[in-house]
Amino acid sequence: MMSKRLKEKAGFGALAVLTFMAVVPVVSIIGYLIWIGWPALTWEFLTQPPRKFLTEGGIFPAIIGTMALTVGTILVALPLGIGTAIYLVEYSRENFFTKLIRIAIINLAGVPSVVYGLFGMGMFVLTLGLGRSLAAGALTLGILTLPIIISTAEEALLAVPDSYRYASLALGATRWQTVRRVVLPVALPSILTGAILGIGRAAGETAPIMFTAAVVYTPRLPDSVYDQVMALPYHLYAISTEVPNVSQQMAFGAALVLLAIVGAMNLVAVVIRTKMRLKRMR
Amino acid sequence: MKTRLSDYYEKGIKYLLGLIAGTSILILFLIFFLLFREGIGAFHYVGVLDFIFGTKWLPVSEPPHFGALPMIIGSIIVTLGAGIIAIPAGIGIAVYLAEVAPRSVREIAKAVIELLAGIPSVVYGFLGLTVLAPIIKDLLDLPSALTAFTAALVLAIMALPTVVSISEDALDAVPREYREASLALGATKWETTVKIVLPSARSGLMAASMLGLGRAVGETMAVLMVAGNAMIIPHSIFDPVRTITANIAAEMGETVQGGLHYQALFGLGIILFTITFVINLITDLIFTKTSSVKRGASL
Repeated sequence: MMSKRLKEKAGFGALAVLTFMAVVPVVSIIGYLIWIGWPALTWEFLTQPPRKFLTEGGIFPAIIGTMALTVGTILVALPLGIGTAIYLVEYSRENFFTKLIRIAIINLAGVPSVVYGLFGMGMFVLTLGLGRSLAAGALTLGILTLPIIISTAEEALLAVPDSYRYASLALGATRWQTVRRVVLPVALPSILTGAILGIGRAAGETAPIMFTAAVVYTPRLPDSVYDQVMALPYHLYAISTEVPNVSQQMAFGAALVLLAIVGAMNLVAVVIRTKMRLKRMR
Repeated sequence: MKTRLSDYYEKGIKYLLGLIAGTSILILFLIFFLLFREGIGAFHYVGVLDFIFGTKWLPVSEPPHFGALPMIIGSIIVTLGAGIIAIPAGIGIAVYLAEVAPRSVREIAKAVIELLAGIPSVVYGFLGLTVLAPIIKDLLDLPSALTAFTAALVLAIMALPTVVSISEDALDAVPREYREASLALGATKWETTVKIVLPSARSGLMAASMLGLGRAVGETMAVLMVAGNAMIIPHSIFDPVRTITANIAAEMGETVQGGLHYQALFGLGIILFTITFVINLITDLIFTKTSSVKRGASL
C-alpha cells in the first residue's frame, strides 16, 4: 500500500505536471506565432492598403477599421454599462425591476457571438436601415460587451466602502453628488480595468461584425459611421480560409498585429488588476 | 433650504439611470423578438420537428431541404469533446493553483490565464488551422486533420481559462476552517483536498463546467476554421463536422433578406439561443444554490 505521504506527493505532482502541460504548449504556439509573424511587420505592411487580391501590400485599412470599431464600441457600451451599474448599486433596492435587469444581463452574457451577429444584421443593418456599416458593427459589438462592463463596474462600485457614502451624505451632499465626487473616483480604476478587458474582447470578435460591418476588401478608410470597413479579425479569417495564395508570413503578420492590439489592452487591464489585488492583500 | 430645481435634477438623474439600466431588458427582448420574427418562417415551411430532426440541409436545391440534425449533432460532439478535455484539466489546474502552488506561481498563472482568455477566437482558429492541424495530421496519420477531434481540442484550450478561473474561485470560497479541521484530525493535505475541499466546492465546480460548455457551444470562428465543415452526420470523432454556429457564419453571406435560406439561418439562431438559454438556466440554478461564488467572475 502506498504511504499517505507518497500518495500526496504523487497526487499534487500529477497536478503540477498537468498545469505545466496545459500552459507550455499554448504559450509555445503563441511564441511560434510571434516568431513567424515578426519579420512580416514592416513599415509597409503596417501603413499600406492591401494589393493584388490581398496577397501583397499591407493591412492599414484593417487596423484603422478595427480601431474605429473599438472606439464605437466604447461609445456605446461605456455609458450604458456604467450607468446601469450605478443604478443597480447606488440607486435601487432589490425589487422586481432590478431582478429583471439581472436576469437580462446574465442571459445576454451567455448569448453566443454569432447570435449577436444575426441580431445586429436583422436589427441595425436591415430594420434600422444602417446598412453594413461602422455604426451597425459598433452597436452590435457594444451590446455584446455590455454584460461584462456592467458586472465589472458593479463589482467595482460594491467594493467602495459604505462609510464613504455615509460621510458624504452626512455632509449634506446629494446622492448624485456623492456618486460623482466620492464613489466614482474611488471605483474608477476597477471600472476601467473591466471596461478595457471587455472592449479588448470586442476588438477581436469576428462573427458579430462579419454580417454587420466588415468587408474582405476596401482600400478606403471610413469617412463616416455609415461606411463599411475592413477589420483585422475578419481580414485574418478571410486570408487564412477564403482568399487563395496569401503567403503564410502575411497571415502570421496579420494575426500578430491583432494579437498585439488585443494583448496590449488585456495586459494593461491585468497589470492594474493584479497590482490592486496585491495591494488589497497587504 | 434646498431649491426645488436641484430636487428635480436629482430625480431626473435617477430616472435617466433607471432608463439606461432598463436597456438590458429591452435588448434581450429585442434579440428574442427579432430571431423569432426572422426565423419563424422556416419553422412554418418545414415544421419544427423536421427542422430539428431532418438530416438533409440543402438550402439552394429545388426544392430546398432544411434539416438541422447534422449540425446539432456536430455542435454536441464538439462541445462534449471539449468538455471531456477541458473540465477535468481545468479543475485539476485550479486545484493545483489554489491548494499547492506558491503565491508567485499563482499570480503569474492567473495573469497568463487571463491573457489566454483574451486571445480572439479567430486567432485560435488560425493557429489551429496552420499549426495544430498539421501536427495532428502527422501524429494520427489522418487524411485531413480538420475534424471534430481537432475542433474539440481547440475549443478545450479556449474553454480552459473559464473553467480554471471559476473553479479556482469556488475552491477559494471553501472556508479555511474545513481544511484546518481535516488536517487537525490527521488527514494529509491531499486527503483534505480530495475528500473535503473538492466536495465542498462541488456546486461551484459544476457551475464552472457548465460555463465552459456554454462558451464552447457558442464558439464560432475557431470551429468554422478547424472542424472541416462537412454537412454530414459523423461516424467518429475523426470525421469533419459542421456546427450550428459555423453554418450560420458560413452561409449568412450567401442569403437574400427574407428568403427561405435567410429565415432558416435565423431558425438555427433560435435553436442555438435556446441551447445556451437552457445551459444558462442550469448554471444559474447552481449559482443560486451557492452564494459563495460570484457570478461576475464568469464574464
